[in-house]
Parts: sequence; structure tokens; C-alpha cells
Amino acid sequence: MVIECKHVWDYISGYLDDSLSPETRELVQRHLEHCQICSAILDSTRNIMVLTADDKVFELPVGFSERLHTRLSQEISSVSEDTVKDV
Amino acid sequence: MNAEPSTRDEAQMIASILAGDREQYHDLVRPYERSVYKMALSLMKNQSDAEDVAQEAFLKGFRKLADFRGQAKFSTWLISITLNEARGRLRRQTVVRMESLDDSPEEGGHIAPALLRDWREVPSEALERQEIRQMLQDAIANLSRPYREVLVLRDIEEFSIDETATALAITTGTVKVRLHRARMMMQKELAPKLERLTPRRRWFQWS
Repeated sequence: MVIECKHVWDYISGYLDDSLSPETRELVQRHLEHCQICSAILDSTRNIMVLTADDKVFELPVGFSERLHTRLSQEISSVSEDTVKDV
Repeated sequence: MNAEPSTRDEAQMIASILAGDREQYHDLVRPYERSVYKMALSLMKNQSDAEDVAQEAFLKGFRKLADFRGQAKFSTWLISITLNEARGRLRRQTVVRMESLDDSPEEGGHIAPALLRDWREVPSEALERQEIRQMLQDAIANLSRPYREVLVLRDIEEFSIDETATALAITTGTVKVRLHRARMMMQKELAPKLERLTPRRRWFQWS
């Protein structure tokens, strides 16, 4: 069986997650071997996923950590003061 | 996510905190500052709201720590709290504005990807450029919320399909459909722009 490009597109995400059935995967695989366009779509999708996951995309604001731990300290000490009451 | 947290004995740390060594909570959450913030920022879309949401999530995690039963990873639990915190805040902010439409995405239909003749890998060094980071942030921000939530949990926070489904209280089938569409929308939006911004080098152009 041969599948068309637009059907292959429906499987790209599943292919990248390796969640396709073995038969479907095989069909997609065979299509990709000879279809340059679908291969480029697959490669670009994967590349964009990798870039999206990169820590550099979302940088922590300056001072984020200090402000967070200051607030946590306040919370922790306020809990310590009225201890065990509601346990 | 970095590998270090998984080698720590978080169950032991949590037990100590609950037993009274509350200061240890600082160390428990330190490895997750970035992932909680990323989650918050990709939902809130602006830094100051994201920081508020992230702080609230860490505080809630502390207050509710006794409810954590180890049925999930601590990081997964914390990210789910962040998700709910962000959703709550968005609900309060939104003046009903199209939200009902936004919340029930059209599951059918195809998203046609951007067609390319070939693809030249864009290396992660490209993210040193502010314009490229911004482009990625914008593409995520422009996804409607159901798609954004799935994409962020799965592809940024690296949840499994099952963990994503649990966090969002939807089926794994719905996760897969939304994820596919979200990834295709990202490809459609970003592939042509990335291609333009990271032109291929022509090594031998003698003509």
C-alpha cells in the first residue's frame, strides 16, 4: 500500500513520538524514503520541537530566584510560628 | 530537564520537610525554578504575571506538600499546580472574551504544514539571537490555549502523553490530536521564518 503526502502529514507527530502502530510506521517510513518534501517537513518539525524545548528560549528574569526564596522564607517562618495547629 | 534532581532522594526530602525541617523546601524546589517559570510564562505571556504565578505555585506546593503522595514525580506535581494557578488567574483576568470558543478547539480538519524542498538543521546556537528566541515565544503564545497547554506540557516540560492527559484532565487521544495540530501549527509558522533568518551558507560561489 502506498500513501499520499497529505496522509503522511497526519502521522508526523505520532511518528516523532514513536506512537504509531508498526504497520503505519512502516508505511510512513517507506514514503519518507522517497519523498523529499515530507522528509523536510518531518525534519523541520523535529528541529522546531528541539529548539522549543531549549532552555535558552525562556530565560529567568534577573533576581527571580532571590525574590522567590525570600517569599518562601516568609511563608516557611510564618508556618513555623503557628505550628502543628491544624495537623 | 536536567538530570541532577532525579538522583536526589526527593521522597526523603519531602518526608523531612513534613516532619518539621521546613527549610529543606528551598533545596527541594531549586532545580525546578526554570521549568515552573517556563510553564507560567508560556501560559501568562508576560513576565510579571508569570513570576507571580510561579511564586504562588511554589507557595502552594509548600502548603499542600502533605497532599503529595508520590503517585507522580514531584516535578510533575509542581508543574500541574503551576498550570492550575495560571488557569485560575487567566479565568479571573478574562472578561469572558471568546474564552468558551477558545476552550473547545475544533478537533477535526487538517493543518497543512509549510512545504519545503529540504531542511537545513537550525542549531541551538541560533537561540543566542534575541529575534529567534522572540519568534519562538511568539509562536507558542499565538497558539490557542488548548494547544498551547498540550504543547508546553509535552514538548517543553517533557511530560509523557499520559502525564499530559492527567494534568489537563483530558483523554490521551485528545492529547495526541491537539499535540499533532500544535506541532504542525508551529512548523507552519516557524519553518519559513527560520529558513529566512538562518540562510544557508554558500561555500563555493565562484561564478
